[in-house]
Amino acid sequence: MSLNLNIPEPKQKLPNPGTDTGRLSWISSVDHKQIGILYLLMSLFFFILGGIEAMVIRAQLSVPESGLISPELYSQIFTMHGTTMIFLVLMPALIGLGVYFLPLMIGANEMAFPRLNAFSFWITCFGGLLLYFSFFAGGAPAAGWFSYAPLSERPYSTTVGIDYYILGLTLTGIGSIGAGLNFIVTVLTLRTEQMKLNMLPLFVWMVFINSFLIIGALPLLNSGLFMLFIDRQLDAHFFLPSTGGSALVWQHIFWSFGHPEVYILILPAFGIISEVIPVFSRKPIFGYSFVAVSSIAIALLSFGVWMHHMFAIGMSNTVNAFFGASSLLIGVPTGVKVINWIATLYKGSIRFNVAMLFCLLFLINFTIGGLSGISFALVPIDWQLTDTYYVVAHIHYVFLGGTAFAIFAGIYYWFPKITGKFLSEKLGKWHVWLFVTGFNMTFLLQHLLGILGMPRRVYTYFSDLPYGTLLNSIATLGAVLMFIAVAIFLWNLYISIKKGDPSPADPWNAWTLEWATTSPPTLKNFQELPPVHSRRPLWDLKHPENKDKRLN
Amino acid sequence: MKDKGKVVALFLIASEAFFFIALLISYIYYRNATEHPDTVAPYLSVKQASVLTGCLLVSSFTLMWSKSVLRKSKLRNFKIGMAITILLASIFIAGQVKEYVDLYEKQITLNKDIFGSIFFTLTGFHGLHVILGIISMSMLFAMSFSKFKIVTHAGINGVEVYWHFVDGVWLFIFFYVYITPLL
Repeated sequence: MSLNLNIPEPKQKLPNPGTDTGRLSWISSVDHKQIGILYLLMSLFFFILGGIEAMVIRAQLSVPESGLISPELYSQIFTMHGTTMIFLVLMPALIGLGVYFLPLMIGANEMAFPRLNAFSFWITCFGGLLLYFSFFAGGAPAAGWFSYAPLSERPYSTTVGIDYYILGLTLTGIGSIGAGLNFIVTVLTLRTEQMKLNMLPLFVWMVFINSFLIIGALPLLNSGLFMLFIDRQLDAHFFLPSTGGSALVWQHIFWSFGHPEVYILILPAFGIISEVIPVFSRKPIFGYSFVAVSSIAIALLSFGVWMHHMFAIGMSNTVNAFFGASSLLIGVPTGVKVINWIATLYKGSIRFNVAMLFCLLFLINFTIGGLSGISFALVPIDWQLTDTYYVVAHIHYVFLGGTAFAIFAGIYYWFPKITGKFLSEKLGKWHVWLFVTGFNMTFLLQHLLGILGMPRRVYTYFSDLPYGTLLNSIATLGAVLMFIAVAIFLWNLYISIKKGDPSPADPWNAWTLEWATTSPPTLKNFQELPPVHSRRPLWDLKHPENKDKRLN
Repeated sequence: MKDKGKVVALFLIASEAFFFIALLISYIYYRNATEHPDTVAPYLSVKQASVLTGCLLVSSFTLMWSKSVLRKSKLRNFKIGMAITILLASIFIAGQVKEYVDLYEKQITLNKDIFGSIFFTLTGFHGLHVILGIISMSMLFAMSFSKFKIVTHAGINGVEVYWHFVDGVWLFIFFYVYITPLL
């Protein structure tokens, strides 16, 4: 193998990783499609790891006082499960879909900074591997995904786990900031000339708004992590109350990052939903500008609600009232979106394929998660339910029933574009129904467990917890169903790449520009672009007699 | 707005601003909301810090001048301007090192107490940003001697934005860390 790689011609296909130079050219690639696929593969890898951790948790909790794993190991497992799913699965999956489809949807051939793009991916990937290396270096972090000080300080967490947590999250954070900067500049500078900002597809718009949240929120986390690292390694005193520091500062810094982070995880998911629902209802989205503007409102409000994570620390009534009210307020733009999607479905000609099913189930499950979220804005309820399984149920309804369902919808929707093969609808239906059944068996009942007083993050429970054994064993059964569903999904991915039906360039009869090129796209995305005069350029092309309103 | 380098630099500094805001707010919190007396401020030399602040401020203006003469293709003047800018920035770093050494001799260190921690973290991270600025300006400076002068032209806008930001952050740090204890 010579050291000089041939630079492929733009009309060539993506290099095949099976060949001699193929693997190396994927590692060194700066092509946004290859990096997008790498993001998705990385996310899948960590999704399997995080899923196995979830299964260990559920196995431990299936019966009271089970003793399957030690309390120390249990703490490590649930910490790693949360950290993995948030930072190494959901964020890379959303960023990966963004990296792949954002340039395609705005008619660009590349991201604004291809090498920054590759850097962002690899540093995120190595951050994740570094985090997992902690298992071999003396124990994983065990202070929960938000690592509250002073528990995360050296006197209380003596293993190196927290240090790996800090370094891993700093690296993935830097990677996310790089991706965010890249998205913003790409949208601002590389749109095809005819496309104005108010003509962006909603997925692009959501990723664009989301990038502002990323570049605003992640630096806050980084500064907190650096302070914690200096505390642990150089004996500083930031978060140690005994020597003049303040543990509350960590909570404030973490949640002033943490709440925007919640919306970082959901805004691109809203974008996917806003792409899939109109295509499969054969109607343009209802109230484009409402959906677009309400995401700006969400982005701005999300920086002003973080203290609702901290009602239990005992702040003044004024502060509680302010943050309770702002948390209720942020429900409004989110509710507006749900109504928009339902109105898009109304009188539509709905096609019930797997991507659409995931979207419809997203609407139901995410709304349940939104409602349980609103209940936390009411301070007395929050005091009662904080740190119980009610919180666990809530975050899983918004992250798993919300974001993950949207990502699944996006994968079923865009898989033909990425690989040129359809995912099997039959296996997909098994996936969606098993998953949603198991999901609701596990987490709907956890609301009850929380109200009955089962605390989260405790490695076991006693048989005197009312209905504890029954509810927990049903939850474990649900987790097994989800596990089987994910196995079916993996098999579906594998078999569809091998033997799936080949897909034409525009399999869903959709409207945005990514469907104007071949499936899969060649190294250079577009040989030529269709004219863009409205939000649905391909609709205009196919229906010249019934064009959308011209916007430029 | 088609200069990608400048656009990304603008958003990068917005992002960095959040980083420094978190550190600065922590500093203000520890100063005003804890009962510990400030153990670092009495040992700081405001005179020396003012001179260094002056250096940084002047360096911003020399960089602006360098950019404007580069636009007019006066490469010789550009090199002089950049050399002065880099020199001023280096004086700032040297001054900061001297300040750290002086404090160390008075047994004020990062692990002494909370004010030692936040003082060194805040000024240290700013110093790190100054060093990064020096490195990127030196690269542009070195490129202007080579065949790749186009790199200097392409990079100057982004580096300028970044350098003004580093300057601006220092003004806030100077005000809160050095001036407010005197008030």
